[in-house]
Amino acid sequence: MFQKKYYYWLFVLPSLLLISIIILIPFLIGIYYSFTNSNGITASWIGLKNYFLLFSDANFLQSCWLTFLFSLLSVAGINVIALSFALLVTRQDNRFTKFLRTIFFIPNLIGGILLGFIWQFIFIQVFGALGSQLHLSFFSGWLSTPESGLWGLVILFWWQMSGYIMLIYVAFLNAIPRSTIESAKLDGANEGQIFWWIKLPQLAPAFTISLFLTLANSFKLYEQNLALTNGGPYRSTEMIAMNIYNTAFVNYQQGYAQAAGILLFIFVALISFGQLYFSRKGEHQNES
Amino acid sequence: MKAKVVKNITWIISILLALIWLYPFVIVFINSLKTKSDLFSNPLMLSRPTFGNYTEAFRSLNYVQSFFNSVLITVTSVLLITLLASMTAYALARTHGKISSIIYYLCAATMLIPFQSIMIPLISIFGRIDFLNRISLILMNTGLALSLSIILYYGAFLGVPTSIDEAAMIDGANTVKAFFSVILPSVSPMTGTVVILNAMKIWNDYLLPSLVINKDGMYTIPLRMYFFFGENNSNWQLALAGLVLAIIPIIILFILLQKQIMQSATEGAIK
Repeated sequence: MFQKKYYYWLFVLPSLLLISIIILIPFLIGIYYSFTNSNGITASWIGLKNYFLLFSDANFLQSCWLTFLFSLLSVAGINVIALSFALLVTRQDNRFTKFLRTIFFIPNLIGGILLGFIWQFIFIQVFGALGSQLHLSFFSGWLSTPESGLWGLVILFWWQMSGYIMLIYVAFLNAIPRSTIESAKLDGANEGQIFWWIKLPQLAPAFTISLFLTLANSFKLYEQNLALTNGGPYRSTEMIAMNIYNTAFVNYQQGYAQAAGILLFIFVALISFGQLYFSRKGEHQNES
Repeated sequence: MKAKVVKNITWIISILLALIWLYPFVIVFINSLKTKSDLFSNPLMLSRPTFGNYTEAFRSLNYVQSFFNSVLITVTSVLLITLLASMTAYALARTHGKISSIIYYLCAATMLIPFQSIMIPLISIFGRIDFLNRISLILMNTGLALSLSIILYYGAFLGVPTSIDEAAMIDGANTVKAFFSVILPSVSPMTGTVVILNAMKIWNDYLLPSLVINKDGMYTIPLRMYFFFGENNSNWQLALAGLVLAIIPIIILFILLQKQIMQSATEGAIK
């Protein structure tokens, strides 16, 4: 098909050009930016100063810590909920369980901005009304403290992602042959034993995929953050992505923000290499 | 007996969980039908429905225009992505040279780069040449989506036997014609996945359009919704009606393409 070089480049070049213009060149320029004090108009070389400043910038460190906490709570919660859902909807294969899958998946269809607004209403108005009617202070003042703001964001993300991650677990659970489970039942294994000895080992790759997918998405979270709390109160719920945005497009410290962007890239790349390492390791264990 | 009890309990738990999961939509919808005073007196209760919020939200959202902009940007971007990604993936899958493998790994590597790590230079370059509009937004959507789409297509083309290529070429068709008339149709399930994954992402995107589009008449639904919500933060009944209007198109699409959408989501994650 591609004996003629002409056709090969006809097929490859447009994509290559676009990827270069939209991703590669900006990325390389971005590395350069991160060594300058660019404000969007003028820029001069300042070496590693941005990076040193970042490590003593209370706002940036706070947003890193917050992103870390958020990722931890998200990964744990989402995987527990998603696996429970997956077990629930694969117990039987009928219209009801298919319907359940659909219901659990729906939040994943909605964009981050809309999700953030839905939950802003729930946390402020619905929780507020619950608090005053039930006289429970637990429900009052959500999103107005740093802790409740973070938890609000975590709950939103659980709701959004669990149904999606559930599908991954379902795919792997369905790949377990029915006969394996049936014969275990005949041998007298109970539900718990079947889960622990048969299903769980088969889910190892699903777990790796879900873990890193949730992690990477948590690190890049921006729109939900913007629509739910907009970083408030007092920048206390501002995660890394929003910190970069505000530094670059509100304060116009673009070189500085770009250095944070490069650090974000390093975090995400490390997470992805972690995934590669663990999934390769898993494959080798299965072979032996 | 015991089995039946277990079955009933799981059934009840399932129903409860489903209700909890749907509750946010339900409460938003209920309150979008209230008057301002009904909503503020008690958001938990039902009250006599009014559709006034919807007509007002529809008008101030410029709904028809925003919807059209969203459709235009999503459809054009997805067409371009599908076209370019399938062609490139096919060329890479059929020529196992050094250049092909370099390009393949380049695609894999660019997938590691988060948008926040390139957005500042990207916007500044395009701003400097005064090229921030719907066309550049479409090009950016495409550039950002190509790598994943190429890798997805690549896997699909490896599964197409080369005998199909040869058969298509015997009829005297050239490479381009053979590709579009025979080879691309043979991987249409993957085309479905690529289209759905990208369409959902682009339709819902807020950050990139917010950086690129600065003219009122070009706003997409998420962008318009963001400003609308800000303007109405003391008029929850209006904000919620707008929210429902913004959610409706994607829910309708989901009802029509439920199975494909859920399958694509799984494939996009696992492959």
